[in-house]
Amino acid sequence: MSDGTFQPRIVAFFCNWCTYTAADLAGISRMSYAANVRVVRLMCSGRLDPQFVVAALRQGADGVLIGGCHPGDCHYQVGNHKALRRFTLLKRLLGQLGIEDERVRLEWIAASEGDKVQRVINEMVAQVRALGPLGLTAIPRPHGEAAAVPPCCAE
Amino acid sequence: MATLGPNQGDAVRIGVYICHCGINIAGKVDVADVTQFAASLPGVVVARDYKFMCSDPGQELIQQDIREHGLNRIVVASCSPLMHEATFRRAAAEGGINPFFFQMANIREHVSWVTADKAAATEKSRALVAAAVSRVGGHEALERQRVAVKPDVLVVGGGIAGIHAALTLADSGKTVYLVEREPTIGGHMAKFDKTFPTLDCAACILTPKMSLVRQHPNITLWTYAEVADVSGYVGNFSVTVRRKPRYVIEDRCVGCNACVEACVFKEGKFADEFNYGLAKRKPVYMPFPQATPSVVLIDPATCLHFKTGKCKQACKAACERDAIDFDQRDELVEIEVGAIVVATGFQPFDAERVPEYGYGQYPGVYTSLEVERLVNASGPTGGEITLRDGRVPKAVGIIHCVGSRDHATNKYCSRVCCMYSLKLAHLVKERTGAEIYNFYIDMRTPGKGYEEFYDKLLEEGVHFIRGRAAEVTDWTMTPDEEGKLVIRAEDTLIGAVRRIPVDMVVLSVGLEAQADAGEVRRLFNISCSHEGWFLERHPKLAPVSTFTDGVFLAGACQGPKDIPDTVAQAGAAAAEAMALIDKGYVELEPNTAFIDEERCSGCKTCIAMCPYSAISFIADARVARVNEALCKGCGTCVAACPSAAAQQHLFTDDQIFDEIAGVLSYV
Repeated sequence: MSDGTFQPRIVAFFCNWCTYTAADLAGISRMSYAANVRVVRLMCSGRLDPQFVVAALRQGADGVLIGGCHPGDCHYQVGNHKALRRFTLLKRLLGQLGIEDERVRLEWIAASEGDKVQRVINEMVAQVRALGPLGLTAIPRPHGEAAAVPPCCAE
Repeated sequence: MATLGPNQGDAVRIGVYICHCGINIAGKVDVADVTQFAASLPGVVVARDYKFMCSDPGQELIQQDIREHGLNRIVVASCSPLMHEATFRRAAAEGGINPFFFQMANIREHVSWVTADKAAATEKSRALVAAAVSRVGGHEALERQRVAVKPDVLVVGGGIAGIHAALTLADSGKTVYLVEREPTIGGHMAKFDKTFPTLDCAACILTPKMSLVRQHPNITLWTYAEVADVSGYVGNFSVTVRRKPRYVIEDRCVGCNACVEACVFKEGKFADEFNYGLAKRKPVYMPFPQATPSVVLIDPATCLHFKTGKCKQACKAACERDAIDFDQRDELVEIEVGAIVVATGFQPFDAERVPEYGYGQYPGVYTSLEVERLVNASGPTGGEITLRDGRVPKAVGIIHCVGSRDHATNKYCSRVCCMYSLKLAHLVKERTGAEIYNFYIDMRTPGKGYEEFYDKLLEEGVHFIRGRAAEVTDWTMTPDEEGKLVIRAEDTLIGAVRRIPVDMVVLSVGLEAQADAGEVRRLFNISCSHEGWFLERHPKLAPVSTFTDGVFLAGACQGPKDIPDTVAQAGAAAAEAMALIDKGYVELEPNTAFIDEERCSGCKTCIAMCPYSAISFIADARVARVNEALCKGCGTCVAACPSAAAQQHLFTDDQIFDEIAGVLSYV
């Protein structure tokens, strides 16, 4: 990672039952993919508070990936539908703030789709790399002094 | 924010453990570097790396550090939490701290196994460790709720898998409900003549088990029934079973077949499902002589009474026990069970999807299952292998891998076709003396006594041609091909295209997931692979468990397998169900939602979000309240709450914000 190319920072929110498991399957199947995505596990994509996305972008993420079960497959019946609704609203808001469409992405990835985890992550890393840094924060990059973590969005 | 346990001081004291997992992690991640990095993080008192954290000495390391360094938070960076979270929580608890003062960083499945570059893997591991450390300080002490387990078990599917699982459970004293959608149990195995490699007769080993199911005092058998609805959770499932009308009162019918004799149709006229249409049945029929239960049924689609209303009802008159009841309706039965074994089996590949083999076009082309019925003594020809025109075949071609190992249909190997093709080759040769030609890609005969069976066939003079058959055609080129079907195939061992004229073509069809596997999967809240096979919790270590606790898998619904493997898996599923029930209780993950009533504005937003109606509005206090027994911990209400009054244990807003800050605090 030291060849000077821009290494985007992407935070992913994966649901426990489908997408997180799919990412585990990608691991078990040794599917190599870009190392830029760091996964935060949630029980359901329905737990995704839009503030999490905003907090990630504000604290230095160049992109956010959200993964949930396919429609109809949600472990909690309809959490993914709720996620989709919030995502749709959030995208409109982010667009108005000038945040490019490709930076925030929602994907339905089933527990058996390890290959889709690999493909989506590689695709997204390439897209965000092409866009360049988001630059919403002054955190120094890369590998500088220990960055000061801004106070999180909760009070 | 965080409530510390009674034995902890106020300060957060974190121990971080980086697992090598042999070379699984250490081969790709600089564990020493990550350990050193972890030691520098705020709140971290001890950071160590160790070869196998999940081993006894690894766990002991944690416990020793808790004692010596007064640790009150533990982070282990190793494999997926789905793999070992329970192990380390237990280790923390045994070390004397609340098990939920623990967080795992997944640096194996999500890092070392998927990252090519060592520096990148190390950096990503640091980020994930930073996230876990950042979040764990805010963890609260939690209690697991214990819920009693209902003692009964539901087994879905009455093939050999379901039969074996049901009998094993029933023999251990459990009350078992066995639900089968066909009118009889037995599944595919009941249709076979002999089983490989021992050639023992399928009926001789299966039918005694079928009648045991019928007689067993602990088994309630519902055939011609389907599971309509499942709700609840591990240990406490409520299941609705729909019993379809067979228009025969099961308790009265003794299977004498007098009604079948008396039916106004003097001869069978309709395709007999059990024999794949190779025989005809009447509208009132017994699926096959050993059907269990031995009860007839009436097919309303073909019965004159149902079609015209003008039948003289000879069947009803003939029944001495007055068992025929044309007014039967769907009946819904509610049961409560603690565990569910799903054993819904497979469906054979539809050979018409490979048109070049001429199934449905040439009468001489059969599927392997049709030939199973032809060689079966109780089959439509009484075990005589005759073609549809009555001739006995002199040459038979068996084409392997129809609907398997084929990018146009199914990529996977169906595992059983090589062996059953060999079995059919042996049986057909034995009964007819015909020349048998097997067209195969590879012979796959792993299993006890399987390779020996193949050797035996080679000695019997069965021909083996290595190459995928290109087509079956009636276009003849030479006089000796006249009146025959010609199989064209490249023989890759001699490097030439061959034309083999035969009288009968057997298509060794592969196994596919049931057409309605998608609906069944949703019913039981389990996952499936993209081919439709139900997904086990772990391919090696939890092969009969699913991601839904309390739901277990047995047999071919999980993937193609032969009878020995199916029975072994059914036994395993029964044992897992027994372990769950005999324990008597389950401990629920305490990741339920709760509402801070001080903050709640009573807007009721959360109430509409909950798919389980777990939240109610308390009118007096004007606040919402979560019923923890109903909450399943998705957190959808939490994300919706505009005042951050709704929170989820283990996934509070603060914990997640801390984790986000952690993954982004690069150093």
